[in-house]
Amino acid sequence: MRWKLLLPGVVLLAIIWLVNFVTQQPLKGIANEKTARPTVGIDESVQKVNTFFARRWAGEELQPVSTADELTVLRRITLALMGTVPSLEEIRAFEQDSGPDRLQRWTARFLHDQRYFDYFAERLARGFVGVEGGQFIVYRRDRFLNWLSGQLEANRQYPELVREMIGGNGLWTDEPEVNFVMAGYDDGEGFNKNKLAGRAVRAFLGQRIDCAQCHDHPFDHWKQNEFAGLAAHFGQLTLSAVGVREDRDLKFEVEDRNTLEKKVVEPAVPFGDQWEPTKGTHRERLAAWITHPENRRLERAIVNRVWGLLFGRSWIEPVDDLPDPPGDQIAGPKVEGAKHPKTLKDGEADFLDLLGADFREHGYDLRRLIEVIVTSKPFLLESKSDVEDSQRLGHMKEHFAIFPLTRLRPEQIIGSLLQASSLTTIDQNSHLISRFIKLTRSNDFVKEYGDLGENELEDRAGTIPQALLRMNGNLVSETIDAKPFTASGRISQMAPNDEKFLELCYLVCLTRRPAAEEADYFLPLLKQVQPKRRAQAVEDLYWTLFNSPEFAWNH
Amino acid sequence: MNVTRRELLKAAFASGLSFALPGLDLRAAERRGDERQKSLIVIWLGGGASQLETWDPHPGTKIGGPTQSIKTKLPGLEIADMYPRVAEQVHELNVIRSLVSKEGDHERGSYLLKTGYRPDPTLIHPSLGAIASHELPNDKVEIPSHISLLGGQYPARGGFLGEMFDAFKIYDPSNGIRNLKTRVADDRQQQRLNALDVVSKSFQAGRRVQVENTLHQLTVERALRMMTSKQLKAFEIDQEPTVIRDAYGDTQFGRGCLAARRLVETGVRAVEITLMGWDTHANNFEGHKTQAKELDPALAALIHDLKQRDLLASTVVLCIGEFGRTPKINPLEGRDHWPRGFSCLVGGGGLRSGVVIGETDTEPQIEQDANKSTAMPHDPIEVPDLFATILRQLGVEFDKEVLTPIGRPMKFSSGSPIERLLA
Repeated sequence: MRWKLLLPGVVLLAIIWLVNFVTQQPLKGIANEKTARPTVGIDESVQKVNTFFARRWAGEELQPVSTADELTVLRRITLALMGTVPSLEEIRAFEQDSGPDRLQRWTARFLHDQRYFDYFAERLARGFVGVEGGQFIVYRRDRFLNWLSGQLEANRQYPELVREMIGGNGLWTDEPEVNFVMAGYDDGEGFNKNKLAGRAVRAFLGQRIDCAQCHDHPFDHWKQNEFAGLAAHFGQLTLSAVGVREDRDLKFEVEDRNTLEKKVVEPAVPFGDQWEPTKGTHRERLAAWITHPENRRLERAIVNRVWGLLFGRSWIEPVDDLPDPPGDQIAGPKVEGAKHPKTLKDGEADFLDLLGADFREHGYDLRRLIEVIVTSKPFLLESKSDVEDSQRLGHMKEHFAIFPLTRLRPEQIIGSLLQASSLTTIDQNSHLISRFIKLTRSNDFVKEYGDLGENELEDRAGTIPQALLRMNGNLVSETIDAKPFTASGRISQMAPNDEKFLELCYLVCLTRRPAAEEADYFLPLLKQVQPKRRAQAVEDLYWTLFNSPEFAWNH
Repeated sequence: MNVTRRELLKAAFASGLSFALPGLDLRAAERRGDERQKSLIVIWLGGGASQLETWDPHPGTKIGGPTQSIKTKLPGLEIADMYPRVAEQVHELNVIRSLVSKEGDHERGSYLLKTGYRPDPTLIHPSLGAIASHELPNDKVEIPSHISLLGGQYPARGGFLGEMFDAFKIYDPSNGIRNLKTRVADDRQQQRLNALDVVSKSFQAGRRVQVENTLHQLTVERALRMMTSKQLKAFEIDQEPTVIRDAYGDTQFGRGCLAARRLVETGVRAVEITLMGWDTHANNFEGHKTQAKELDPALAALIHDLKQRDLLASTVVLCIGEFGRTPKINPLEGRDHWPRGFSCLVGGGGLRSGVVIGETDTEPQIEQDANKSTAMPHDPIEVPDLFATILRQLGVEFDKEVLTPIGRPMKFSSGSPIERLLA
């Protein structure tokens, strides 16, 4: 199997080519200041969020930490929205921007950037269709991503997307949204209607009803027949020469596991019957029920997910296992083992209801939702604190009185490595990051680094295999190689003096300038470096910065 | 056995056995019998093996299906006939046929059978292996002291003891561990590491506790130690004589069990080897035959090999899954999940051997829904009691209360040791 040995090399060449190709492309005027203005009138929403947190912190007797500097916040924003650290080009332009509200304006700019469309589509898609590539012939995750990316670009109302994903018809190549249902298609078995029902409830309503497929939910109120009624909405789903369509003659049958008798189950919903229209296909009816404005679970689920994608931690964890909305009379009683996260105090608003309602009242606008969150107080807080008591810190973290330290995802690490290997912005026109994610899906880096897949928002610490990969892996070694076209190579050639050299390396890798003690350590060392060893020195510095906790964690 | 260390070592050299693996403190590695620090090997039957097709067959009854039984070396004990080689070794261990739990779901069942606690929304309990490596640290071991081989969906976790006690996951031991070689010469590597220290310290300002919680520094240190460790040889199973490798079977699982023995020999505290494929809702009998072809040689060879090397007295072996399977055979010739009377093998590490505990009915009361069954085997054994037994035997204070990160005190095990298994 000698070709296997060549594979990493080939992949690497492809990457180098891509980066080269892409950095030489002219910039498409994406970041057009005119179209990329911040959404007007978010202040009131931001205020609502801030008031909520001010009360929450006071009620919990927590003192929030101070506000982080803007470059730190900029790094958080680019990591969350585009999966990379900001480029040197962007950092410089940002610092030269002396206008008011520059973070808000830059956020708006990123939200109109192809990198955001592509990257955020990938992050959302994890919740919608999972990470599996599936059977290529009948399922095209790449097309689905392109579609979703296009929807984010057009900034369409979120419920419309949901309705199209659930109710869409046609070929998975022409109508990419139908890949949502195609992800539940199995070659031999046809559509797995139970899987689709479970997925739809998890992805869009943020609750787990899946296990009610075989038996009543062990500790929640879901019943087996409620699940069957939901799954029956996919009962007329069929595949034909023209792709996905509905066959009105099909019946949804459930087999009794003990008697093997088949029983026809009619579509039904477990609560909110009045929200389900009587017209339309079964799937359209389900989609209408899920997206009904009074079905608060829809807005609660998406705001919790977006909060999670921006902070690295959702408001309620796990992201798709939310408690019933407070005051919801529909839900039955919970039993032993049920979750009661963030119990509400008397008279306190439920945060998901608050942010969810705001999202709904402002046109289900995802872009606006993101702007509101990243402009609100919790997102701007430091990740530092004088508090050293673990329990107290945990308490602060739980209520977002400090910005949480979270592990970057493998593709954020790769994206940042790649971006740091170039001084200019790795251009959005190229879809580079999304291409790269695709390229590396089967790549050892993501696999070895440990892709958490759909559970990506789980709180995890670093592992030894990750440390080994960062220290000794191929990708890192090739990225820091000081060649003429890499950032490390260019910095070593163009920096006029050691101070500038050190500053550039820090800005490119860590989006900050070296602290005094760091400069004190590195500058004397750099003074001793002979000119011909310069390249080696920059490689070593890059290696060090890449391997620092600061690089691998969102802070 | 009354053999001195010197004699043992002599015997080792004479027979060409890989006793004193390099790197480890010679005295510790060569220790045998009950002089040696205890280790744990868990063979995890992922998906839930049928007790009726493994250690508790009921041939000729309504629930028994076509499975026949064979005699073992232990008088009176019969196991399923697909395990002829285990039948030769099982007297070294004990059989429990009456485990009971209330968890009939894979995730919840795995949680219980890996931690000894039912899932709790407010905290994650540590697995057996995590507790063992936490309570019985061994500075001489430079490779991870808690290892999970061959993956599985729910690898053993450190839970509230911290993620540094998560099992180190190696999917295929024959491929070794990747990315172990540094890219630059030693002096340059040292410079890089010195610099890393400076940059890390700067990040820790104001984040000391939080950065500690990321385990970044610790994982880097442990990775560095491991990179240069001679103990990595433990993974080189091709160093084993052919006859030994053949005995374990030429399967990934067989190689995993062999690697587990080498790891324990090197001083690793806990190894988990997963064999998936037991979730036989359909074609239970064929499915279990296929599984037995892997489990039978590997498990038998492991017990034999440990015994041969006088490691069995210091190594607790547990063969278990998340639950058993229904006595009732469903219309698809399958068996469904059954937590009310299932089996495990446990022994070694100085436990007694040849004890058989519990008995299941040949006609248990069966409900439509297995989760609602109130069937109860004779002499039922609760999972926490099994865990207390194992922890006690490993030398862990099983009822020690530790303070969890949320400030709630928690015992390592809520059960009490099963006296009949203690020597």
